[in-house]
Amino acid sequence: MNDLFVYTLRLGDDALISAQRTAEWIAAAPQLEEDVALGNIGLDQLGQARSLLQYAGSLDGRTEDDLAYFRDEREFLNAQLCELPNGDFGFAMARLLYFATYQHLLYDELRSSADETLAGVAGKAVKEVAYHVDHAMQWVLRLGDGTEESHRRMQAGLDALWPYTAELFESDPLVQRLPVAVDPSTLHDAWLERVLAVIDESTCERPSSSYQHTGGRLGRHTEHMGYLLAELQHVARSHPGATW
Amino acid sequence: MIEPLWEVFVRSRRGLSHTHVGSLHAPDATMALRNARDVYTRRQEGVSIWVVRAADITASSPDEKDEFFDPAGDKVYRHPTFYQVPEGVEHL
Amino acid sequence: MDFQATIDADGRIEPRDAMPDGYRKTLIRQIAQHAHSEIIGMQPEGNWISRAPSLRRKAILMAKVQDEAGHGLYLYAAAETLGVDRADLLDLLHSGRQKYSSIFNYPTLTWADIGAIGWLVDGAAIVNQVPLCRCSYGPYARAMVRVCKEESFHQRQGFEILYTLCNGTPEQKAMAQDALDRWWWPSLMMFGPPDTASTHSEQSMAWGIKRHSNDELRQRFVDMTVPQADVLGLRVPDDGLVYEDGHYRFTEPDYTELYDVVKGNGPCNQQRLAHRVKAHEDGAWVREAAAAYAAKKEARAA
Repeated sequence: MNDLFVYTLRLGDDALISAQRTAEWIAAAPQLEEDVALGNIGLDQLGQARSLLQYAGSLDGRTEDDLAYFRDEREFLNAQLCELPNGDFGFAMARLLYFATYQHLLYDELRSSADETLAGVAGKAVKEVAYHVDHAMQWVLRLGDGTEESHRRMQAGLDALWPYTAELFESDPLVQRLPVAVDPSTLHDAWLERVLAVIDESTCERPSSSYQHTGGRLGRHTEHMGYLLAELQHVARSHPGATW
Repeated sequence: MIEPLWEVFVRSRRGLSHTHVGSLHAPDATMALRNARDVYTRRQEGVSIWVVRAADITASSPDEKDEFFDPAGDKVYRHPTFYQVPEGVEHL
Repeated sequence: MDFQATIDADGRIEPRDAMPDGYRKTLIRQIAQHAHSEIIGMQPEGNWISRAPSLRRKAILMAKVQDEAGHGLYLYAAAETLGVDRADLLDLLHSGRQKYSSIFNYPTLTWADIGAIGWLVDGAAIVNQVPLCRCSYGPYARAMVRVCKEESFHQRQGFEILYTLCNGTPEQKAMAQDALDRWWWPSLMMFGPPDTASTHSEQSMAWGIKRHSNDELRQRFVDMTVPQADVLGLRVPDDGLVYEDGHYRFTEPDYTELYDVVKGNGPCNQQRLAHRVKAHEDGAWVREAAAAYAAKKEARAA
């Protein structure tokens, strides 16, 4: 498989699997306004996924739906952070803070990629994820510095997800030799600075765990991924060849 | 515990005034503005948003309607159609 | 101008105007029930977002369900202009003291149900809602204008789902017919009991809240829908259906079922309400935190 295809798939799968989890909040959010807000965020993520998967598909003769519905778990290249089941709202906002801040830095760099399609997708997406970062930040501040219970839950969310963040910044030979890619390891310092500033202001403690999970970029996922894909894919796979 | 109610005003495009579009609940002004963006401009309906705490609006009461608005009713000279323009005069 | 004179002149009543207590109460009940229907209505479709069979369909459905949350919000806001609080209305919903449309107590069993809901349920809702854009109460009428404008895509996307299924594999077409078979009668019941048995209708018509009778609207829906079923190549499950004098005569639905579902005995009443209550209760700590944070900020600023 060619490098550009794999690289685009990584970005697309991150967005797709995140959209799938975000959408689970619709009709389950803490208030109606938040149902609408998370709907917008989920739609942005899904839109990014579609652009990226369409591009990846164009590189090897498949459609976005071929890639979303007819790949098996080991062929999905998203980071594990994206696939973990939705916990409480504090967990969701911790994930959004970590993920959207990463995406923002990434898309911002990717805007000047020599690959016009990737640069175009990134140019549109960078504005969207700037809003996601802001949304996550507003909530992390409110939950962290709200009540005793919300502080405890926010801290728990930040801590639980911290060990899944390093994977976002892993470098490997592929990103190093693919000239149009952004090597995510170059984004880590800026990410750390931004995320820690929010955590500090929220009165939460900086997460201290040093252990970090890995494997998503190689198609090795958590146990949760299989259930996620079963739900995502089952209708399409029950009717192979059908149009919807 | 009740979240305050906010009234939302949207400028739909440059050159137009902000218009009242509805209301929503939010804990504070920062969130109210963001919620307003999500709820009332999902279809690119706006270029600028105001939010005002509903409790901070002082409204004229319907009982005062007569003394508030009727006096303006007889000041027809405020309206351009009050004035006769001689035939042939343009750009006035 | 006093209340009745405004109504008689087909004018609009605005929030701070004097109005009869019955008018206010009727509106609060109706607008709240409408708002509740929007947010409960998110569930039967929302549970298919994760399973939508193409990414395009997933995006459309997500946007549609999100719109429903927005519409609930507009409507609660309209109700609040009458002096009630949204939190109290939600409590009334959660404790079962206020109702929502019974249509949402039926289950969505296959992907074709998402098409049927858009086509039939949103179709019926539009027939009901368009006259409400001229309702005598200003904030309700304005909310409905916004809702109707946004919902125009909802019915079309439903029809498009079914059209695609009907032109797909035999299994897909069978799925579409099955959905029509199950949703047809509940959709007819969305217009409420027949005029002979409707309790609130007459007064609501006099007040300009309601513009057409239940049976008139039901007839309009049938006339509109049957030719569309022909285009799909689907059979409306009514042996009594005949075209006569410009209208489709149809068999009346079994209203005992409607009353049963209203009473709480539909297939999904408990599930829908339990889901709603759980979301509300699970979110309590978040709402409390936001309020506490706002209070702290205000105290610090003072």
